[in-house]
Amino acid sequence: MSASPAESSILELEDIGKSYGNVHALKGVNVSVRQGEVTCVLGDNGAGKSTLIKIVAGLHDYSDGTMKIDGQERRFASPRVAQAAGIATVYQDLALAPLMSVWRNFFLGNEIRKGPFLDLPEMKRICGEELTKMGIDIPDLDRPVGGLSGGQRQVVAIARAIYFGARVIILDEPTAALGVKQSGVVLKYIVRARDAGLGVILITHNPHHAYLVGNHFIILKLGRVVLDAHREQLTLEQLTAEMAGGQELSELSHELRGVDPGKVVEPQELEPGAVFDSTAGSAGSTE
Amino acid sequence: MTTVTTTPTDDRVATRSAAASFLGRPEVGALIGAVAVAVLFFAVAPAFRNVANVGTILYGSSTIGIMAVAVALLMIGGEFDLSAGVAVTASGLAAAHLAWYFSLNVWVGVLFALALSLAIGAFNGWLLYRTGLPSFLVTLGSFFVLQGVNLALTRIVAGGVSSNSLNDLDGFSSAKAVFASSFTVGTVEIKITVIYWAILTVIGSYLLLRTHYGNWIFAVGGDSAAARAIGVPVTITKIALFMGVGFCAWVLGMHNLFNYNNVQSGQGVGNEFIYIIAAVIGGCLLTGGYGSVVGATVGALIFGMTQLGISYAGWDPDWFKTFLGIMLIGATLVNLYVKRKADAR
Repeated sequence: MSASPAESSILELEDIGKSYGNVHALKGVNVSVRQGEVTCVLGDNGAGKSTLIKIVAGLHDYSDGTMKIDGQERRFASPRVAQAAGIATVYQDLALAPLMSVWRNFFLGNEIRKGPFLDLPEMKRICGEELTKMGIDIPDLDRPVGGLSGGQRQVVAIARAIYFGARVIILDEPTAALGVKQSGVVLKYIVRARDAGLGVILITHNPHHAYLVGNHFIILKLGRVVLDAHREQLTLEQLTAEMAGGQELSELSHELRGVDPGKVVEPQELEPGAVFDSTAGSAGSTE
Repeated sequence: MTTVTTTPTDDRVATRSAAASFLGRPEVGALIGAVAVAVLFFAVAPAFRNVANVGTILYGSSTIGIMAVAVALLMIGGEFDLSAGVAVTASGLAAAHLAWYFSLNVWVGVLFALALSLAIGAFNGWLLYRTGLPSFLVTLGSFFVLQGVNLALTRIVAGGVSSNSLNDLDGFSSAKAVFASSFTVGTVEIKITVIYWAILTVIGSYLLLRTHYGNWIFAVGGDSAAARAIGVPVTITKIALFMGVGFCAWVLGMHNLFNYNNVQSGQGVGNEFIYIIAAVIGGCLLTGGYGSVVGATVGALIFGMTQLGISYAGWDPDWFKTFLGIMLIGATLVNLYVKRKADAR
């Protein structure tokens, strides 16, 4: 929307920290989100991913550092304020009200009015058009959202965020609960959102999905950034290794290799002792 | 998993027939129940067939329906108000005591009662928001507080268990005309509360289905975390719903006051459940996010018919509550059954 060059950030977090009492959930995190880029935030459970998005989405305030939108320092008092600043969040679990119809969910909080009343035909028409544009066809928009598949729900939420003029869209684990095919559909819409000029923040713990669409990767661990790299500086293997903890993973694989669970398939040939002969103990590729 | 998810036309979803969409509506169970109750009493109670009694039945229904509209909206918004029954009495007493004690124009008392009723509703909502306690607990507290205040203040001001008569105060006749008059259509005498009930039903239903506030009510009841995350002002919506209950309590409280000239301080206890039952029969889910104002109104009508039908049929009115309990469970089961059938189609 704005004429900012591709290199300048829409959203910039500088040295952001968040404490709950004496627990530092996040410390010294730097993230910049640029237009037309997918920034992937990866991390294991408890790494601080959720805290990070809650700060950007306006659900929590931050305790240290600065958050800048278009170079201006901002603090969001509520999700409504964040949305007004162009930041839309698509949550994994709390995206939509399950018993409400598709079109009511689509326009929730941004209803089209004709005088004091809702403009129902217009809302249904736009909702149907926007979903068709995204390549998803739901013939009965009066159907409650709870009856849709997980992938359809994600796409409805993404379509909604794009339609209402978000400049930054945050996706919280959009593929975590989905099958292979549906994950592919959601990833396709992430790329489409990026090409539409949005800044996308993709929160995930699946490095394969992240590497398919990401331009920029940030790995969080125990509330700190442990990796911040552009796509060119990284291979999928490196990303996977970093994500799983690098050194820790190789140690773990070494440890698990000793167990060798493969022999279970041939119980009749099993002889005690034979199990350990075939494995040669070698360290993993990372050193 | 099969291949179809994004093909241009998804052949797994057939368009629903008009009948299925109708049966999928929340108020259908209540409508079926209303017809069943009407047929039953038509058959067994001769007085029920008398057209003149329509006014009486509608009047009895309206005294529940006025509150059921607001309670249904609140329940769709995901909350309960157990203080709704005594709030009606509190409103009537507030107007009566203030006007009588200072010998004011009764309209001063009426306006004071309105402010008080809205304030009680706002306080319930605010307390809910501040404490994060379930509304069941918060309003159970205010239910007992109000009940005690009603009895104690009436004893202090009027020296008994009922407010003093307001007959001779200024403005009494105009207030009675507004809140407790009646008119006749043919042979049927219609109380003005029936008109208020109808107006509130229309406004409530429009609010719920045709305005953005209605969208917010469904959303805060269905999933308040999702609603908040998407930018719906959850706290304000819920406080407004509690204030809506306060407003309806005021309308009914004023009617009770000017219809009988005074208010008994112990009245109203137990009525909160009747309002909730009317809303549930009308298709409101206890968990929120689903329901209908029209359904609650039909639920109130079922009450009115049952209440009078039992006495017209010459049955022992002691059975009324038993009948209500059976109605509640029966209607809920019918609602569930119809909904499942409609969804499966």
